Amino acid sequence: MASQAEPQARTRIAVQAVSKVFSDQPQKALAMLEAGETKDVILERLGTVVGLNRVSFDVAEGEILVVMGLSGSGKSTMLRCINRLVEPSAGAIVVDGTDVTRLNQKDLLEFRRHKFGMVFQHFALFPNRTIQGNVEYGLEIQNVPKAQRAEKALAAIEVVGLKGWEAKYPNQLSGGMQQRAGLARALAVDADILLMDEAFSALDPLIRRDMQGELRQLQRKLGKTIVFVSHDLDEAIALGGRIVLMKDGAIVQIGNPEEILLAPATDYVRRFVEHIDVSSVLTAERLADRGVAVLRAGHTAAEARLAIASCQQTSWYVTDEGGRLVGRATREQVERCTGTIGAVMEAGCDRVEASATLRQAFARLAANRDGVAVVDDRGHLIGTVTHRGAARALARDTAGTAAASAEEARHGLVHPKISA
Amino acid sequence: MDWSIPKFPLDTLCDQALTWLTVHLSGVTLAVAGVIANWIEVSTAALSAVPPPITIVVLAAICWRIAGIRPGIMAAAGLAFLWNLRLWVPTVETMILVTLATSAALVIGVPLGIACALSRRVWRTVGPFLDMMQTMPSFIYLIPAIPFFGLGPVSACFATIIFSMPPVIRLTALGIMQVPRELIEASEAFGSTPMQKLFKVQLPLAVPTIMAGVNQTIMLALSMVVIAAMIGAGGLGREVWRSIQRLEAGAGFEAGIAIVIVAVILDRVTQKLALRLRPTGQAAH
Repeated sequence: MASQAEPQARTRIAVQAVSKVFSDQPQKALAMLEAGETKDVILERLGTVVGLNRVSFDVAEGEILVVMGLSGSGKSTMLRCINRLVEPSAGAIVVDGTDVTRLNQKDLLEFRRHKFGMVFQHFALFPNRTIQGNVEYGLEIQNVPKAQRAEKALAAIEVVGLKGWEAKYPNQLSGGMQQRAGLARALAVDADILLMDEAFSALDPLIRRDMQGELRQLQRKLGKTIVFVSHDLDEAIALGGRIVLMKDGAIVQIGNPEEILLAPATDYVRRFVEHIDVSSVLTAERLADRGVAVLRAGHTAAEARLAIASCQQTSWYVTDEGGRLVGRATREQVERCTGTIGAVMEAGCDRVEASATLRQAFARLAANRDGVAVVDDRGHLIGTVTHRGAARALARDTAGTAAASAEEARHGLVHPKISA
Repeated sequence: MDWSIPKFPLDTLCDQALTWLTVHLSGVTLAVAGVIANWIEVSTAALSAVPPPITIVVLAAICWRIAGIRPGIMAAAGLAFLWNLRLWVPTVETMILVTLATSAALVIGVPLGIACALSRRVWRTVGPFLDMMQTMPSFIYLIPAIPFFGLGPVSACFATIIFSMPPVIRLTALGIMQVPRELIEASEAFGSTPMQKLFKVQLPLAVPTIMAGVNQTIMLALSMVVIAAMIGAGGLGREVWRSIQRLEAGAGFEAGIAIVIVAVILDRVTQKLALRLRPTGQAAH
């Protein structure tokens, strides 16, 4: 899968078997959790509420990890355990080699000051402070000198696009702008881990989408590691990172959006993803049929005719020697050919980027009867998306697409025999 | 058969406790009372010595600065009317008494309110006492005040402090406890110490509620002033008390109106002050 193919990034946060039991005497409940009892059983027998049930996951350097679940699933509790706004009852949370759960009060304050920036659902801006005053808060707590504080705060305000609003009070700003200020406050302290608790849930749908896009851009630009809590699967998918899906305080599935959509681990996940529009998640790269025959621009007429002799199709993609897509040639063109294929082919042809979603590829598909070519970011031909493939993906014929593409990925492009 | 249960000697116990306290403490308290009585006397004399127009203009100007032009004019007119009624000296006495009692109530009440908000145990301990302080008929405080502080304004002041303190304690605690959970979390998430959290987030956001408590405390102090006149506190209360004893309805009404005027001025000014200290930070001009 795509995420595993990427180079292994350093683990920033390792959550190891964290449990949270809301009780003065958690031992009994923890023992029952250990024995595999569910949240409901423990509530019934002990009257103890279980917040988290042995949750484990890693957050890699520079990723957006979305912790997702409905209300009461423990996702916010999980987030708050990372900076110990909520004390975990058991387990360890290792951030950059330090077990947060073992820090004493003084070290914990230091850790919070320098490691984490936090963004809240209802913005949590201090109404008695200006935007700049709010953004400076974290620095003020660290006793940073005034001039330096202002400088950093203004820089953060500019990054989130609130320049010119720094002297206003939170109640003079719209919801979206207030949350930008909340983000600026988290950025100003130079912490490289952002904890975001339903950060966009209180915003209008349109503003929310904009903010999701901006957060992705910001994350790419600043390389922050982000743990984002959300109850909205669409949002989780839009943010593009891995998803930790929680239910009743336990993890149900961890994976990237495609894995969760196409291979739901349980019925619960399946129901969860049912309404999700697959076309906005699946990428052209994933859908590409890699078993497509191609011709090289440098092929002579004889070579080309030999190559197409056993093929049924009526046209072929043409690549240069480096594998870059340069055009398309029909059977007729090949048969008329006297010099090289490059001379007779139709130069340039419709294509979609590998990272484009199926939804974005629809227009191209509609315009091309034989499907559309998929190229990577250097223009190399990867394969084609066919109408049939697209329809199968929409029908969630997961066995088909997943198995087939894995198989084909191993073989790479199928070249006509003589090109060897 | 005699089913009667012997009376529980609450009164005797209370008297004994008071006697014990009087014997062991009154030396100190009376000495303190002497100093305070002296201070009250001197400041009253000093303020009465200033020609009333000057005092009126200064007070009106203060009201104007704090609360705006209308309360300023109202204060000037009201105080001038009191002067005209020949009630100027009692008014000054009353204002000094109220100021003193209120300041003391705030100095004790605000920190106590903070402690209540931060510690559940303190809140549970203090709560019943607040209930008692507020529901106990205010006259009762006058009786034990006398052995400790002697007859006169200091006893009156003491009783006034006790009577007027509960609102500021309650509302300070309430104001702090009402700060939204998310704001507390935000301050903690950035690594605030408990003190930073208190002074940078909780107290500033509690200010409007605390000011409502201050307002209540002032009003209660003013209402206590009349009752305190029974044990020799001076001021407008004495005028009222004298009118009652002599059945002079007109004089009583004059003194009553005077108290109303002082109350309205103090109320408007403190309310405006509360508005100005709203957490949005915008002045309410």
